Amino acid sequence: MSIKIDPDKCISCGRCSNVCPGNLIELNGAGKAVMKYPAECWGCTACLKECPSGAVRYYLGADIGGKGSYLCTDNNQDWIDWYIVSPDKTRHHIRISKKESNKY
Amino acid sequence: MKAEIRTVETDTLIIGGGTAGCFCALTIAENSNLQVVIAEKANIKRSGCLAAGVNALNAYIGKGESPESFVEYVKRDSEGIIREDLVYSIAKHLNSVIKRLEDLGLVILKDEKGEYVQRGKRSIKINGENIKPILAGAISVQENIRVLNNVNIVDYLVKDGCVAGAVGFSVRDNVVYVIYARKTVCATGGAAGLYKPNNPGFSRHKMWYSPFNTGAGYAMGIRAGAEMTSFEMRFVALRCKDTIAPTGTIAQGIEAVQVNVRGEEYVERYGSPSTHIRLYATVMENLNGNGPCFLKTKGISDERQGELFKAYLNMAPSQILKWLERNTGPAHENVEIEGTEPYIVGGHSASGYWVDRDRKTTLGNLYAIGDVAGGCPKKYVTGCLAEGRIAAESILNSAEDTQTTKPDKKEISEKVKYITRFFDNNMSLYSMEEVEQAMQKVMDEYAGGISSAYVYNQTKLETADKRIKEILAIAENLRANNFRELLTIFEIIDRLYVCKVLIRHLRARQETRWRCYQENADYPERDDENWMRYVNSVFSDGDVKIIFRELVGRDTIYEHKN
Ligand SMILES: Cc1cc2nc3c(=O)[nH]c(=O)nc-3n(C[C@H](O)[C@H](O)[C@H](O)COP(=O)(O)OP(=O)(O)OC[C@H]3O[C@@H](n4cnc5c(N)ncnc54)[C@H](O)[C@@H]3O)c2cc1C
Ligand code: SF4
Ligand code: SF4
Repeated sequence: MSIKIDPDKCISCGRCSNVCPGNLIELNGAGKAVMKYPAECWGCTACLKECPSGAVRYYLGADIGGKGSYLCTDNNQDWIDWYIVSPDKTRHHIRISKKESNKY
Repeated sequence: MKAEIRTVETDTLIIGGGTAGCFCALTIAENSNLQVVIAEKANIKRSGCLAAGVNALNAYIGKGESPESFVEYVKRDSEGIIREDLVYSIAKHLNSVIKRLEDLGLVILKDEKGEYVQRGKRSIKINGENIKPILAGAISVQENIRVLNNVNIVDYLVKDGCVAGAVGFSVRDNVVYVIYARKTVCATGGAAGLYKPNNPGFSRHKMWYSPFNTGAGYAMGIRAGAEMTSFEMRFVALRCKDTIAPTGTIAQGIEAVQVNVRGEEYVERYGSPSTHIRLYATVMENLNGNGPCFLKTKGISDERQGELFKAYLNMAPSQILKWLERNTGPAHENVEIEGTEPYIVGGHSASGYWVDRDRKTTLGNLYAIGDVAGGCPKKYVTGCLAEGRIAAESILNSAEDTQTTKPDKKEISEKVKYITRFFDNNMSLYSMEEVEQAMQKVMDEYAGGISSAYVYNQTKLETADKRIKEILAIAENLRANNFRELLTIFEIIDRLYVCKVLIRHLRARQETRWRCYQENADYPERDDENWMRYVNSVFSDGDVKIIFRELVGRDTIYEHKN
């Protein structure tokens, strides 16, 4: 269970690093965000939702059944778009309105 | 490593800007001109248990229920050992703190008549994804609250049995903070990572409780001699296999039953289905070769599955990845469940600071609220908010009249030295990771972890006691090269103090009261004649001293005396 940050997409805003509840993400010499402690990620997705450029990918470790798919998000004012992307690039999209409650 | 020392003075210091801490700060700021400082080890926007979001508000007085019936429920579910007075005081605040949360912007499900839609008797449905940003947003507009993000508190400043603030350090800018306050509130949450976790490899932090809540608040209280209660009532959660995602959404939300590998409903074979019996039944079915166990969801409609997907994304997104990565979901296969490693968490069980009705601890001018406070199981989010409010009201009534005596210069510089000396330690033979694993292995094998189906005996506990002492000595000699490493070291040291006290509590309660939470093979039966009482403790002169206390009733106004 952890995250990977795409350096090409990262615009060095530092928001993921500020918000991580475990202080796990740092900015490197080039100003890019790097996951310093991959095995200490709780999987809360705070960094994904905070990133303005969709640079953070969230995946399940192989030890808990991960097979190469990842989750990424686009967080808007009124909704969050969640994408589950598989190794063959198929995307599954779920949009969640922030104004609606869970049904269960 | 050079550290700058910065001094801060305030009326109220809140340690831990989580659920309870934020709400306490907000209540004080909205009702007075008192200055409040929140010291938070991460960033209050997403720190603590609420980081990913939560799925429901689990403590609510629903239709036909009352604060009195709430107390009876918690008492029954906790086998009688609760502080009824504390549970009662929370119960009376639950619905009004929920109203406050709704006013701040939390989305709650309502029916056509505008009434909350209940999930069972005591829970309501919400969109809990952004509950923490909502609280943080409300804090940001309060001028008398100053938030120190990324500041990890290590110890209280104590003078003549009274707390006068705390010391800590910034994980980011090489600063050691000395914070003086008239009133101090501990709101650091519970303790995870004491035991070897479900996924001990790469995904070791894929656990239920926040791995970043490492029992710091318990540890600073223990070191300062505050009285603690009921550590032996550990909490073990029943969760989705691998992702350790919550099961309540499925179990209560769509009323899925627990079945074993043969498709049999097994829980009631083991007793009336309280929280710990549902877990115990699952552990026993596995031991008896009837595992794995599942929540029976197969066959639910695609529409219900779609709603479950959304609910999980709002609190435990890993479970969605788990399903969709395999092109499956709860409509197509049952959801496998397992018990987690034990946690110490006063919001679910009763472990924590021994407090009076105002949530004052046994140290002067120190309060404890939320998961770090004891005696009051099943508080959940809303009970933590209620405790934040109860403590705030007491502070509002007394802060201005409180005069604190600051510890003298020498004592302060010793506290600072306790933090910075890790930079001067020689290179250790052991890495931080090794020390953490050593602790978790000992707790797992000798203090009732997953590998022994949560069962222990007195001899094993004695071994655990000795080993934890040795590991603490190793941890005290670790070397930090920067402030981030210092954080890791304190996260280990704090947990070791919690382990020390936990082991002594487990040894002290010589019966078996709660299956899995507290199951002593030397005393396998519940013994009401001798054990309808609290096991409390105080750490002094390097040792844990056990104190037994009589049960406190619902209408008692409890104040600390001796
Ligand atoms: C995954 C999960 C799901 C849950 N789901 C629900 C649910 O659906 N409904 C419900 O009602 N309840 C739920 N709960 C329970 C509820 O969330 C908790 O009981 C409650 O949030 C605890 O509040 P707290 O303020 O005690 O702790 P937290 O909110 O965790 O706050 C503790 C804070 O202290 C900080 N801190 C820790 N150590 C230090 C230190 N040394 N110095 C400075 N700061 C420090 C932490 O970073 C954190 O911000 C859930 C809990 C978890 C873990
Ligand atoms: S998922 Fe959460 S714990 Fe993991 S890196 Fe992102 S913010 Fe930190
Ligand atoms: S939030 Fe996104 S863009 Fe900003 S630093 Fe992190 S990865 Fe880079």
